[in-house]
Amino acid sequence: MTPTVTPYRSGRGAGRDGFVQLLHAEWTKFRTVLGWVTGVVVAALMVVLFALLAGVSSDQKGSPPVPVGPGGEPVTDSFYFVHQPLAGDGSITVSVSALRSSVPKRPGDLRPGIVPWAKAGIVIKESTRQGSPYAAIMVTSSHGVRMQDSYVNDTAGLPGPVSAESVRRLRLDRSGDAITGYASADGMHWTKVGTVHVSGLGPTAQGGLFVASPPSVDGMGTRGSVSTAVFGDLRIQGRWAGGNWTGGQVGPESPSFSGYPKNTSGSFTESDGRLTVTGAGDIAPAVRDTLPTGGTLGELLTGTFAALIVVIVVGALFITTEYRKNLIHVTLAAGPRRSRVLVAKATVLGGVTFVAGLAGAAVAVPLGERLARANGVYVFPVTSSTELRVELGIAALLATASVLALAVGTIFRHSAGAVTTVIVAIVLPYILIAIPFIPASVSNWLARVTPGAAFAVQQTLVQYRQVASNYTPYNGYYPLAPWAGFAVLAGYAVASLAAAAVLLRRRDA
Amino acid sequence: MRPALHAEWTKLRTVTSPLWLLLGMIAATVALSAGATSVVTCASAGCGDMTKLSLIGVLLGQALVAILAVLVIAGEYGTGMIRTTLAATPHRATVLAAKAVTLTGIVAAAGTIAVLGSLAAGRLLLPGHAFTTTRGHPPLSLTDWPTLRAAFGSILYLTLIALLSLGVATIVRDSATSIGIVLGLLYLVPVLSQMIGNPHWQRLLQRIGPMSAGLAVQATTDIRSLPIGPWAGLGVTAGWAAAALLAGGLLLRMRDT
Repeated sequence: MTPTVTPYRSGRGAGRDGFVQLLHAEWTKFRTVLGWVTGVVVAALMVVLFALLAGVSSDQKGSPPVPVGPGGEPVTDSFYFVHQPLAGDGSITVSVSALRSSVPKRPGDLRPGIVPWAKAGIVIKESTRQGSPYAAIMVTSSHGVRMQDSYVNDTAGLPGPVSAESVRRLRLDRSGDAITGYASADGMHWTKVGTVHVSGLGPTAQGGLFVASPPSVDGMGTRGSVSTAVFGDLRIQGRWAGGNWTGGQVGPESPSFSGYPKNTSGSFTESDGRLTVTGAGDIAPAVRDTLPTGGTLGELLTGTFAALIVVIVVGALFITTEYRKNLIHVTLAAGPRRSRVLVAKATVLGGVTFVAGLAGAAVAVPLGERLARANGVYVFPVTSSTELRVELGIAALLATASVLALAVGTIFRHSAGAVTTVIVAIVLPYILIAIPFIPASVSNWLARVTPGAAFAVQQTLVQYRQVASNYTPYNGYYPLAPWAGFAVLAGYAVASLAAAAVLLRRRDA
Repeated sequence: MRPALHAEWTKLRTVTSPLWLLLGMIAATVALSAGATSVVTCASAGCGDMTKLSLIGVLLGQALVAILAVLVIAGEYGTGMIRTTLAATPHRATVLAAKAVTLTGIVAAAGTIAVLGSLAAGRLLLPGHAFTTTRGHPPLSLTDWPTLRAAFGSILYLTLIALLSLGVATIVRDSATSIGIVLGLLYLVPVLSQMIGNPHWQRLLQRIGPMSAGLAVQATTDIRSLPIGPWAGLGVTAGWAAAALLAGGLLLRMRDT
């Protein structure tokens, strides 16, 4: 009789190969390699360190304060103002028969030129203090009649340019805190342009004529311009002080006003009822070109570039090291469904870099802002939700870049090539858009289609239709909305991951 | 030295990746240069430094040179080949010197093609974009001394970047980390100097960055307003390369493999 031999069976249950186990395996691999953990910590520290440097290195103590509008935004409030007090309700009517601008070709060499947003018209303003509330109706060089208030609001009126043949008549009525603007081409038929409520005008406001001439946009930079307008038929009704008109420059010394071109100055002269007023500056929200000393969150977060290089190296190594050490055989034996292995790796890597990036940015932004402000630097204001979006965006940018490096590393199976490809794809576009002579259209294109588009998450500056400026990525104005820019990078990462998954399944390890 | 040189040359010649990297470097340099010169426009007289713009591809080409140089040594560490190399040539300084010499030779040769190709593209494309003699932009020519200096300097710059990368890779012994450090050194300084508010610090940073200083050699106009002169700037890059090679050489002697 042959004895029955029971084959040995392990008492342990079959190994599980669920996604959670894969995640756990990848997390263990990540956290036990000292170099990778150090790398991620260094990336977070870089973000903080460079914010510190940016805050400490800038010193603008003692520079004149940046004028701030009623909404808290920085403004340019420098213009030539011919005014008298208005104690209560009243109206003012004037005709404009000419508005001519000059732009220097070289310093001191003034030539007639076109400044599309040169302005001449009537303004009622709380006081001559910069940033005080106002409402104005005006003719512009290329944008017809406009009514503007509170620096950011702009309403279009009669179109067409102004000349001796097509005189524009403007009227502004104050009734309490409501100000209504009218425009007419013939003095008989008036059209209402708009009514605005200006809070904080006070019992006695300043009203009168103004001329402003913002810098002319030229290639990469701007050049200060000066404009002259001819007014006539000036009539006032209501509680005006009467007497003489006072002419003067509002905000002659201001960080948001670059001054008059060489050998010119603001002035006003009167002869036979015609007033000729010359002025420079603008009444408008300040943008990067008009407030070059202002700082942005993006500048405080320059450390993102250093962090980016570190997380890209870590991301590529997370897979290429497995190939080099042949650990990939074990990994794929343990997790035969290869795409899931890749997804598990991407999840662990993306999660870790996101957390590190968020920690870095959440410390860097408030710290950098505080240091910069302590050094007298004006930082363009942001709402706390925008600040949070920038911090989350930077974290997402770092996480996605490292996942992209992981995917490219899987495709190449080779770290040097993967690291270089991803760094060049993200950082080089940013360097290229900073080169002079590259037209705005090209730098906008680069900031739209390359993975560098993701830097749009740093955007905190606002573009204004009524302010001509170089709205380029170099100046902090990105062509894509923050999350759209991020989506471009995410698209590259997802496409590369898909390609990597296909290759991983088709190839032997 | 001769056998070591021969060995290094054989290693480079018999693997396909160095050839592809060099061809890629030439293609990337010329393509970026041609791309940049074909999109610029000149609205008024005196639009700026067209030689420098025509050589902008070096910004991209240097990244491929860095990969090649890093792989020359870090690749050997990755595969374990370094043990064979050091067993064959026990004098370690000779090994590093032989690698540096072969690398200099091939990068200089490929760099010459890339730089001349970029200048040729600029010469062909720029007059079509209103950069004409009447506006103060004669066609690019190597008989013009500043342009010749820019061309020769760019070739030297590329070889110095190769030597810097070789030095860093000898110190670090890992290709991904070395390439990260090299590209960080090159690309971060220009980005960071934009952030620094203090103009004095900004110029200092541009003077010591291996890329921002070294590429000063490409300037042909407004030399006086540069943070650093053309040759002095290339000297800074050479200093970086020498320091990296020296440190790498010392570590190579002191360490086991």
